[in-house]
Amino acid sequence: MHSDQEAIKKSIRSYMVVGALLLVFTGVTVAANSFHLAVPAAITLALIIASIKGTMVASVFMHLSHEKKWIYGSLLLTAFFFIVLLFLPLLTVAGGIGKPTGAPAAHESGAAH
Amino acid sequence: MDKVETGTAHGHEHAHGHAHHEELGFWRKYVFSVDHKVIGIQYAVTGLLFLLFGFCLMMLMRFQLAYPGSPIPLIGGLFGPDKAPGGIMLPEFYNQLGAMHGTIMVFLGVVPLAVGGFGNFVMPLQIGAPDMAFPKLNMMSYWVYFCGGVVMLVSFFLPGGAANSGWTSYPPLSVIATIGQTAWLTGMVFLITSSLLGSVNFIVTIVQLRAKGLSYMRLPFFVWAQFVTSFLLLLAFPPLEAAGVLQLMDRLAGTSFFMPSGLVVSGRPLTVAGGGNPLLWQHLFWFLAHPEVYVLILPAMGIVSEVIANNTRKPLWGYRALVYSIIFLGFMSFIVWAHHMFMTGMGTNISAFFQVTTMIISIPSVVILTALLLSLWGASIRFTTPMLFALAFLPMFGIGGLTGLPLGLAPSDIHLHDTYYVIGHFHYVVAPGTIFALFAGVYYWFPKASGRKMNDTLGKIHFWGSFICINLVFMPMFIQGLGGMNRRMYDGGMQYAHNAGLLKWNVVIGFAAWGLGLFQLPFIVNFFSSIKWGAVVDRNPWEATTLEWSAPSPPGHGNFLTEPVVYRGPYEYSVPGAASDFTPQFEPKGA
Amino acid sequence: MEIPYTVEPRPDSGLANGKLGIWLFLASEVMLFGALFSTYILLRVGAAEWPHGELSIKLGAINTVILICSSVTMVMSWASLKLNNFSKGRLYLLITIVLAAVFLVNKYFEYADHFARGEGPWHNTFLAIYFTLTGLHGLHIIGGIVVMAYLLGPGAGLWKRNPEQYTNRIEYTGLYWHFVDLVWIFLFPVLYLL
Repeated sequence: MHSDQEAIKKSIRSYMVVGALLLVFTGVTVAANSFHLAVPAAITLALIIASIKGTMVASVFMHLSHEKKWIYGSLLLTAFFFIVLLFLPLLTVAGGIGKPTGAPAAHESGAAH
Repeated sequence: MDKVETGTAHGHEHAHGHAHHEELGFWRKYVFSVDHKVIGIQYAVTGLLFLLFGFCLMMLMRFQLAYPGSPIPLIGGLFGPDKAPGGIMLPEFYNQLGAMHGTIMVFLGVVPLAVGGFGNFVMPLQIGAPDMAFPKLNMMSYWVYFCGGVVMLVSFFLPGGAANSGWTSYPPLSVIATIGQTAWLTGMVFLITSSLLGSVNFIVTIVQLRAKGLSYMRLPFFVWAQFVTSFLLLLAFPPLEAAGVLQLMDRLAGTSFFMPSGLVVSGRPLTVAGGGNPLLWQHLFWFLAHPEVYVLILPAMGIVSEVIANNTRKPLWGYRALVYSIIFLGFMSFIVWAHHMFMTGMGTNISAFFQVTTMIISIPSVVILTALLLSLWGASIRFTTPMLFALAFLPMFGIGGLTGLPLGLAPSDIHLHDTYYVIGHFHYVVAPGTIFALFAGVYYWFPKASGRKMNDTLGKIHFWGSFICINLVFMPMFIQGLGGMNRRMYDGGMQYAHNAGLLKWNVVIGFAAWGLGLFQLPFIVNFFSSIKWGAVVDRNPWEATTLEWSAPSPPGHGNFLTEPVVYRGPYEYSVPGAASDFTPQFEPKGA
Repeated sequence: MEIPYTVEPRPDSGLANGKLGIWLFLASEVMLFGALFSTYILLRVGAAEWPHGELSIKLGAINTVILICSSVTMVMSWASLKLNNFSKGRLYLLITIVLAAVFLVNKYFEYADHFARGEGPWHNTFLAIYFTLTGLHGLHIIGGIVVMAYLLGPGAGLWKRNPEQYTNRIEYTGLYWHFVDLVWIFLFPVLYLL
């Protein structure tokens, strides 16, 4: 925690810089959308940009770049289980990434009402 | 010997710091209290009452299974024509009893008692804290739990009765079920919120409020158990909360998160968009519900450890092994959940993954059980009532754990899934496992909470009666399950030829279950009468070493008057050269 | 009876109770939104076709900008308080609340537009997950506004009694708020663009 006035003033500068960068990257995200990439490439690009933005928010705004061990540890654990939750169910349901499950849902969705 | 002075709750004595407190009125002192001890007792008593209620639901079910189609004796007329016309249980009512028995026992009974009750009351005392890190949040957690419990109980009186799609609430059945299911989902949102707030409180308290000298490796194993349990609750519950919201939306907003296309109910196609996936619910549900079963067992292991160390008069064997095992166990519990879903058509690779993780997770369990067993070697065992329950926990948890192995391997699970074998397995772990450990905890810490001991004779009757009956209830279920008898059949599955030879066990189980119920009466009588007439005790009647025994029985507001200091590990019993056979953590060196 | 380390950090952990508490809470929120992202993935993978262009990218982008700005003003509020400037801190807090409110107004227009065409969450799985993810996110925005309004109004008295504790509360609120912003940073491309 900064109790030093100078440290806070320096941080304020970094907050402004990060804020500006976030706006720039938002513009990049929207612009990238107009390239009409193939779905896997589009997802990858979008997630990379979002991750960069997220990392900036977390490390600068949330001061995560100089936080304490317990916080890092808890977040690391959480990140691991987050990845598990996101991807393991997929592996039990789809034969591979990108292939529909072949369940009745596959023909009906979008057309059904 | 009291080395640490502690105060009582009259305004003249001050804890360190300058907080002065006026006498609180009745409501702020006993009902809306922020004191962890009051909140712990609230959780414990409410939890015990829910356990009793859930037990009663089970007794009704076991009657129906023993004598299918017979009118329920004595109270059969009370249920009304939509549940039991002429006292004869309808299948719909049986399903309500089944779903609510599981829900109430797990979420309203065991966890609130094990974590909310024992965790809240004992943990701050064991770490030398004046209270939890966030006392107001603690109070809120209890009342949110209470509200959830009320919603669950009220659901029985809704049209169509309570939830009836199993405690697992699988869609699409649960989505088209009666309104009781909406109440179930609402109740669950309350209960999950309560648990989440509580888990934050527990973790912060253990990290931040340990007394001077109380390093992590000097913590009583009970505290480690609560610590890991809290991480499980913190990270595993939110997906179920999300899933609950999704199911509520399917039921109330007509979404199709879990509703596949082309579903036809009673001859008519459902008018939903479709495109949903019932397996999505199963994943989100079991992502919580597997860690949840470790939430059920971990505090029990913690309690049993405390009682065993105290009643063997020697240190626990393998403290480090216990700590690393419980941490590893907690971690692994997040990556085994799909062993509840082996029959859902997943590919062999991913199935192998979950089988492997499930086999791996049995290792730390075995390490913990072995360490506790080895702790008995060469011990001077005192067969106090809590020790009887703690000792029984060991083989009972052993049976429960071992019978889980064929369920964790897909080939054998094909035969055993959804049979009574599963019911036998998990009840062995939770009932003669966890609940026995909780009884041990009640007998053990009752003197700390009330200043009086429970009666030993009634305790022993409670123990032996329960031990015999509970084995007679659950052991036959393995026979039934291996024979292929399915779960959740309101008449026991009489119409299936393969069940013919297995149905007679339902009569045995029925009598054993009602016997088990009868043997809880000594406990109930003992519990309430000892509050008033139990033998008065001083602050350390069990001659124990951990910090809670340095406070008076019961401790006052703020627990400790002078800041408690810890000088050694938690289980320094029979230290060579010491004056007595126990050297408390809080006793200064050279005293 | 005082609970230790409510304001000053505990030496070995380096944390005050509230700081650890809010981060743990945020960890649970990661799992909550994680479950919904997992839902999105499972439903999309299982669908033969997935709608595109159903949402207004313009409104989504504007809302992204609004939330980013509100994150800046939120952290500026905390920084001002650390520099002992209470009135500036309050001003930034007020701006944050206003920006949050504008976000919600935009969301209202988006939702109203869909409902006017009879396209609620029941319409297809895409809209179902869209409404649920943004709805839950919106509830979190409302929760944040409530807390910020409390700290701006009735809770502001704490600044006089214990400025360090008040500043900590702003910091914790800020952490929550940045998390809400972070979720949106992922929601926007996933729902609106992909």
